[in-house]
Amino acid sequence: MKILKLFFIIFFIFSFNHLKANNEIMKSKITKNLRCLICQGQSVYDSDSEFANSLKVLVDKKLNEGLSEKQIYSYFKDKYGEWILYDPELNKNTYILWLLPILIFLIGGAIISKSFIIKKK
Amino acid sequence: MKNKFFSIFIIFAFISVFIIFYKGLQDTNLYTPETKINNEIPSFSAELFYSNKIVNSSEIFELNKFYLLNIWSSWCIPCRQEHSLLMDLTKNKNIEVIGINYKDTKINAKNFLNEFGNPYEKIIFDKDGTKAIEWGAFGVPESFLIYNNKIKKKYIGPLNNKIIKEIRFTVK
Amino acid sequence: MLYSVIGYYSLILGLCFGLILIYFSVKNFQNYQLLDNKILSFTFLQFFFVVISFLCLVLSFVLSDFSNETVFNNSHTTKPLFYKIAGTWGNHEGSLLLWLFVLTLFILIFLLRSKKQPIKYKILTLVFQQIIIIGFFVFLIKTSNPFNFLYPTPEEGLGLNPILQDPALAIHPPILYLGYVGSSIIFSSALAATSLNIVSKSWASHIKKWVLISWIFLTLGILLGSIWAYYELGWGGFWFWDPVENVSLMPWLALTALLHSILVLEKKLILTSWVIILSIATFTLSMCGTFLVRSGILNSVHTFANDPERGLFILIFLFCLIFLSLLIFFFFHKNNKNNLTSLFWLSKETSIIVNNWFMMYFLSVVLIGTVYPIFLDVLSSQKISVGPPFYHKLIIPFLIPFLLMMAVGPKLKWIKSNLKDKLYLIILLVISILLSFLIVKNFDAKFLLNTILISSSLYLFFITLRDFFIKKHNNISQNIAHFGFSLLILSILFNNLFSTEIITNLKVGETFQSENTKIVFESINQEKEKNYQSIIGNFSIHNSKGKIENMLPELRIYNQPNIVTSEADIKTTLMSDKFIVINLVQNQDYFNIRYQVKPFMIWIWLSVVLISFAGLMSFIKKENEK
Repeated sequence: MKILKLFFIIFFIFSFNHLKANNEIMKSKITKNLRCLICQGQSVYDSDSEFANSLKVLVDKKLNEGLSEKQIYSYFKDKYGEWILYDPELNKNTYILWLLPILIFLIGGAIISKSFIIKKK
Repeated sequence: MKNKFFSIFIIFAFISVFIIFYKGLQDTNLYTPETKINNEIPSFSAELFYSNKIVNSSEIFELNKFYLLNIWSSWCIPCRQEHSLLMDLTKNKNIEVIGINYKDTKINAKNFLNEFGNPYEKIIFDKDGTKAIEWGAFGVPESFLIYNNKIKKKYIGPLNNKIIKEIRFTVK
Repeated sequence: MLYSVIGYYSLILGLCFGLILIYFSVKNFQNYQLLDNKILSFTFLQFFFVVISFLCLVLSFVLSDFSNETVFNNSHTTKPLFYKIAGTWGNHEGSLLLWLFVLTLFILIFLLRSKKQPIKYKILTLVFQQIIIIGFFVFLIKTSNPFNFLYPTPEEGLGLNPILQDPALAIHPPILYLGYVGSSIIFSSALAATSLNIVSKSWASHIKKWVLISWIFLTLGILLGSIWAYYELGWGGFWFWDPVENVSLMPWLALTALLHSILVLEKKLILTSWVIILSIATFTLSMCGTFLVRSGILNSVHTFANDPERGLFILIFLFCLIFLSLLIFFFFHKNNKNNLTSLFWLSKETSIIVNNWFMMYFLSVVLIGTVYPIFLDVLSSQKISVGPPFYHKLIIPFLIPFLLMMAVGPKLKWIKSNLKDKLYLIILLVISILLSFLIVKNFDAKFLLNTILISSSLYLFFITLRDFFIKKHNNISQNIAHFGFSLLILSILFNNLFSTEIITNLKVGETFQSENTKIVFESINQEKEKNYQSIIGNFSIHNSKGKIENMLPELRIYNQPNIVTSEADIKTTLMSDKFIVINLVQNQDYFNIRYQVKPFMIWIWLSVVLISFAGLMSFIKKENEK
């Protein structure tokens, strides 16, 4: 039980330790989530193509204008469609995508525990 | 009985997966985004190439005629192929050709136009490529057919004779 | 030319032998006394002709015989010899020949090394393997012939993409295929054993060696692919959850689960159905992966030309194999009902079952992430991308209990463990699962998640280390493998957390200064090589301690095909890698510079080598047992 208490104390200490996201970090985060559309499987952050470089400049501009991360994503979704984002958002198209693995996990657990008789000592 | 139901379910599942993969093969695999037909053109402000004046996009497309917006640059090889077709298109009074000079230097661009001709009524100078992104473009060359401030058609890649024919037909 | 003709007819002969083998096996299934020698010879001859065919292709590449269409498409006279040879399997047709090579090799070795096994079992395994082999022969000859003629003979070839001309990538396919394709033998023998109802402890013991071999090579193959991506592709990463990478990872996950389950089946007659399912699934995933990357249905970085006609063939072939295995499984497999109920919950068997449970979850995440965009596209014409964030969000929280179980599991005894001194282990497991769900759901506190991740991997690290030194030598390979895995996770975590990167634009002579790093663009050098022109940038990097490092990233402009590649300069030490890459900027006279400091990179590679090494130790131990 002592260990449990210790865990919760550490938990609360760290939850107040927010890392302040400045523009550079946010820009890296956003461009890593954007797909470079003319490359084969690279993010805008990693790519050096013309398209990627222009996109980086634009992300910078939008951040300086004060747009939030979500607004920037929806701006690009508007121009290019959902597939420019690497992180599939949770909407009616992607419920199955996100929930099916969890479902499989739970079903696996159910099958296993059903086949057991838990003997207490 | 439970086993039988289970096996039928599995077979059904596999047949559906097979059909889906089969259909997936038939589709084109070029991930081009849906060409949004009849979308409003983006509103933006840009610098004009020759005059260095800043204009609003609405000022460029204000007349009641067709516009062909062509994204080009001096370092783009396929742009040279389509350039002569653009020059031809200027003879048509129903359509105006507007250019976006993409990630270029003014010197190189001017040299290009001197050598191959200038079909553009106006040219927007897009040094960092952000204006092209406003239009949802990937790169060069790309063209947009515009009427009444709406995008009628988007062409990715260099224009060819077939497309020009189609454009001529549309603008009649 | 001559070699193409020999190569082509060798393939036809190989196919004929396959048909002959099936005929003889089926005909003489009952009377099996005479059979052995003829079957063995024919299997050998089939392998022999595949080797001939393969050598013919290699020779055609080495001699730059452009009358061969494959050579024309993928080679060039100025290519160095080593890459001419490697070019043989660096294309679709040649790599299929490599498939056949491994398929026929493995069944030959299987027959040679299974003298003590029941003959019917050997024959059936051969039959199933031949079904796969014949399928591939037909696929090759009909749609992907490596020996097509080109007339008139071109003077020069189209060349091989220069980013593929790398030593790691050259040996990546053969090594990977030994694992990937090698799982075919597990598939065939599992089907054979099921049909004869001999899935038992002795079968598990017999097949374990094959599982190990396949697993070792698959691990190494994946490692080589990642090393190539890191050194060649120039973005400093080694895993991107790209479909091609996922496709090699999925059989690995299934194979690792199988390896653990076989350990249980060796000792006790339980999990028989599950082992059969896993054996079938592993090779099915390999085939499925082949389909996904070669048919063009997915957009990825893969090199092979995409062709829907070939894709259709593989799809049909794949589903025939699945259908066949399902048929055999449901028809022949007799389920012993009183299986798991005799298991005590706190035992090694249970921990292995839990391991499998988690592995299947990870497998489903990777599988669903890879194929979901296809399903969505077909069913609703919506195109989405599934990238690293998806995989990280679903896998990382589950890694925590997984790591903890890896630490605790091996310590449990077979059949029954007592609860003395073990209660704390269980409490920790529950706490870690609860916490990881809470964190991912409510906070974006990556800091906390990383802390917990690091503590669980450290836990595994220390426990395996302690076990090693207390000389529990009865299971040293498992100890090393788990230790290697903890090292892998720790290296990846530290690499992620403590990597730094500087991106800037510099002209020759300019300097960039940050808090503790100064980058000076000293000079630029141009040189002409055999098949490319090179631009080498000379940089001196000063760090805060006054140490100066000289780095030479390179740009290569190839003539055939016309491509510019960026070669990073990487300085590797035990503690970290320094990574610098330059790129041209269109129309400008400055370069784009990326400088990264990546701690513990080499430990990522070494830990995977360690894991494979542990597999090898287990294999050798098994060999010596006989």
